Amino acid sequence: MSTIHVDIVCATESLYSGDANCVFAPASTGEIGIYPKHMALLSTLKPGEVRVETDQGVDSIYVSGGIVEVQPNVVTIFSDTAIRAHDLDESKALESKQRAEEAMANADSGFDISSTQAALAESMAQLQMISKMRGKGK
Amino acid sequence: MASGKEIRSQISSIKNTQKITSAMEMVAASKMKKAQDRMLASRPYSEKISRVIGHLAYAHSEFEHPYMKKMEKLDRVGIIIISSDRGLCGGLNTNLFRSVLTKIKEYQDSGVNVDICTIGKKATSFFKNFGLDIKATTSNLGDTPHFDDLLGTVKVMLDGYDAGDIQKLSVAYNKFENTMTQAPTVSQLIPMVAAEADGMDHHWDYIYEPEAEDVLNALLMRYIEALVYQGLVENIACEQSSRMIAMKSATDNAGDMVKDLELVYNKARQAAITQEISEIVSGAAAV
Repeated sequence: MSTIHVDIVCATESLYSGDANCVFAPASTGEIGIYPKHMALLSTLKPGEVRVETDQGVDSIYVSGGIVEVQPNVVTIFSDTAIRAHDLDESKALESKQRAEEAMANADSGFDISSTQAALAESMAQLQMISKMRGKGK
Repeated sequence: MASGKEIRSQISSIKNTQKITSAMEMVAASKMKKAQDRMLASRPYSEKISRVIGHLAYAHSEFEHPYMKKMEKLDRVGIIIISSDRGLCGGLNTNLFRSVLTKIKEYQDSGVNVDICTIGKKATSFFKNFGLDIKATTSNLGDTPHFDDLLGTVKVMLDGYDAGDIQKLSVAYNKFENTMTQAPTVSQLIPMVAAEADGMDHHWDYIYEPEAEDVLNALLMRYIEALVYQGLVENIACEQSSRMIAMKSATDNAGDMVKDLELVYNKARQAAITQEISEIVSGAAAV
């Protein structure tokens, strides 16, 4: 019996990699079974269990949503690590924007070591120049 | 010449600094190992998702996603800059900022505005003085960044792209080559650059479930986030290895300085003893 290569990955690690007889994945429209030589398919997943059937038995892996890509001889499942919700993303985006605005607002008033050091170095150089000029003038 | 006591206190203060730098070196070395492991662990995801995107570029989809279309007119671009939160890591951030600034200069010379988004404190404090528009910022991600922490920041830039404010988005980070070398890299995220084909040029397309648009949205979003996340973990691995090397050379330099100062100190001590003896001898001769 022919087999199909299965990779299950999430952003931080690889969860499964190997050959299988067939795979069952929780697609957003309902569970799908994938056998070797399946047509190319791209689908979103809902949270659920992925079952990988091999000659040794059945491996069961939980995914918290994600995406499945099927090619005739390869199945790749991308599991989400982050909890996604539209509102949540929106509020995070807002937070991030606010931080940027704060940083911009503090650009002039805030005590900034690097720019102070640069200014110090500049005035030191000027002082040195002045004392040199004076020395020559005498 | 400085007196014996002054030199001695100088030596002891350098030795104290040396203790700190060597401790930092060891901490960085152990963190580097973990950061490298994390980087390697997250590689499969970004490699696989890049492969799928590569397939997608050759699928003859009836729906063309805006992220895959090249914009004709370019008048504003976005750059996501990833830096470290802390300093004392050699020229890591400076090198990256320099290459980003060159890039920004190129854009500005050709009349293109630049929006930036910073990840890490160093980038934020560096770029806020350049009069560029910082759209979003994230810092304090720590050594083990979470995927969630990035979503907001990336979303701000993607929203900008969706709204047509920017026509191109790049990410700048230090690419980890090995412990000794880190390469500052600016790579383009969207519009996507097509990957190489691996014998898939015949006519085919995916079956999309539920809808092509939804699936592609979800996939491309994850792709971009995965690339930014990969950049972030690589940058952390670079930060630790670069800090380890910087601290190692600082420790070595402190050792050299201590050696030199000890020589000076011994010379001064010897001179003092010689002088004392000659004083005693001449005193005894006078009696």
